[in-house]
Amino acid sequence: MTETTSNEGQGAPVDGPERPGQLREFWFYFRENRGAVIGLWIFAVFAFLALFGPWIAPHDATAQAREFTLLPPAWQEGGSWTYVLGTDPLGRDMLSRLIVGARYSFFVGVVVVTVAASGGIIIGLLAGFAPKWVDSIIMRVMDIILAFPSLLLALVLVAILGPSLTNAMIAIAIVLQPHYVRLTRASVMSELQKDYVTSARVAGAGLARLMFVTVLPNCLAPIIVQAALSFSTAILDAAALGFLGMGAQPPTPEWGTMLAEAREFILRAWWVVTFPGLAILVTVLAINLMGDGLRDALDPKLKRS
Amino acid sequence: MLNYVLSRLLTFVPTFIGVTLISFMFIRLLPGDPIIVMAGERGVSPERYAELSAQFGYDRPVYVQFFEYLTGVLQGDLGTSFVTKRPVWDEFFALFPATLELSICAMIFAVVLGLPAGVIAAVNRGKFFDRALMSTALVGYSMPIFWWALLLIIVFSGNLQWTPVSGRIDLLYYFPDPTGFMLIDSIASGQKGAFLSAVRHLLLPTIVLGTIPLAVIARQTRSAMLEVLGEDYIRTARSKGLSPGRINGIHALRNALIPVITVIGLSVGTLLAGAILTETIFSWPGIGKWMVDSIFRRDYPVVQGGLLLIAVMVMIVNLTVDMLYGVINPKIRKR
Repeated sequence: MTETTSNEGQGAPVDGPERPGQLREFWFYFRENRGAVIGLWIFAVFAFLALFGPWIAPHDATAQAREFTLLPPAWQEGGSWTYVLGTDPLGRDMLSRLIVGARYSFFVGVVVVTVAASGGIIIGLLAGFAPKWVDSIIMRVMDIILAFPSLLLALVLVAILGPSLTNAMIAIAIVLQPHYVRLTRASVMSELQKDYVTSARVAGAGLARLMFVTVLPNCLAPIIVQAALSFSTAILDAAALGFLGMGAQPPTPEWGTMLAEAREFILRAWWVVTFPGLAILVTVLAINLMGDGLRDALDPKLKRS
Repeated sequence: MLNYVLSRLLTFVPTFIGVTLISFMFIRLLPGDPIIVMAGERGVSPERYAELSAQFGYDRPVYVQFFEYLTGVLQGDLGTSFVTKRPVWDEFFALFPATLELSICAMIFAVVLGLPAGVIAAVNRGKFFDRALMSTALVGYSMPIFWWALLLIIVFSGNLQWTPVSGRIDLLYYFPDPTGFMLIDSIASGQKGAFLSAVRHLLLPTIVLGTIPLAVIARQTRSAMLEVLGEDYIRTARSKGLSPGRINGIHALRNALIPVITVIGLSVGTLLAGAILTETIFSWPGIGKWMVDSIFRRDYPVVQGGLLLIAVMVMIVNLTVDMLYGVINPKIRKR
């Protein structure tokens, strides 16, 4: 953290002239990690499919071709190139459903990370700046949330709110948010000891300015890494909830929900099970690769070694 | 040291009350009136409704209900299941050994493979083995385990017919279960083939549940080893002419184990979350499946009690890990 601190020693706003330099430095270190770059490319494809899926997909994701139910993939005997990855038990094109399904996972990731991170950062900042008793109360509440296994808590929350993708996102965001609180609070606490904060305070900076302009930018590195990691956790948890019937509801082509629908056919039609899971795995893997690269590029301790 | 233990124990109390409050509140927030759910399709007359409501105490103020619930919990009374009419506490402890057995096996699987993998990767840093092992670990870490379970079922139960798909043992075998651990009870029963059947049922769930801890342990062991291998005393050991096996295996690994043990302890929560999916897929009669079933059946006392017991278990394990860590590393106590 010391490096960023010396760059912005005056509590300077991030949009100073140093910004492009920092970005270039970041990219330099990020590029070193080949896995991270591959992850970034896969993620770019995933994001592209999420944005333009319905226009790229060869078929309508919910259209049922009743004469072609459980058609195997094109390269297998009995397959057809019209349905490259085969069809599901209702005769819907697997490939189209997978492509359109990308947007649900992407959406889950973006919304959950945004909600959990912004909530967590604000609460974490409050805990870091507030008097000790407020801090204790906030951290005890976070301890309580963290005592429940995340998936179980999300499952019960969704049971309360009613099974749907939106509620699954709310539940996952609530479950992931304490991690941001802890992380932010810990960084704030260590930043508050430093001279630049004292000098900003002496210079008469108000509380809000101290929190968001002086301290927060210097706490961002671990939070960004956490954001990447919880993006993948969010996708996995949403898929797991979908799989248990508590996430997106059929006929939504969400990958976890697709797996749940395909479960009874696993021994007859391998493709209805294999492809949605593979899509989840590849996406999550790509994001985790990126997260590793981000950590290497943003963590100054590893940078020097 | 005593101060440290006491201060840790003191933070346990408010967290425990908070956990109780949350599991209590959840049930009050769940949609559907518990009494109407209990009555089912027959419906219930207004008089009977009032009577039942009084019987369960739902007509009193919420804070009184909470206080009574908390007193009950402290006396080991978690209420009675709507569906089976048995005490939640009894149901939990009848099913818990199944989950414990599965979790222990999964943890052994993860540690036995994860530790050597991490050590080998660290010793061969940057070389082929390191890359291969760490890529595999990252795949394992990113694995949607419910899909992984289905894949294993397709290959090992479907195509190869090696393992059964669900349950803990073949229906052929029936014997008393004094310990609740199928592996032990099947040996104790003396029935031929019972133990083998239990092992075959346990195999796939163990792999599925152990996969993510395995990946986490391998990654953590590698980074802890790398840190330790850079220390001065390792250089000293090397310059003394000790064999690499002795240096890596004894000097380095022993010190690298401290963070690894923490990770192992903290993955109990992960295991329980994983048990929810694993047990549901393999119809494993443990607490994970029990919780999911109860949520779907709207069996409020069970959801409430199960949530509380699981959270308390995670808290106790975390507390123990914290304290052990304090014992191993005196620096932490001072804070």
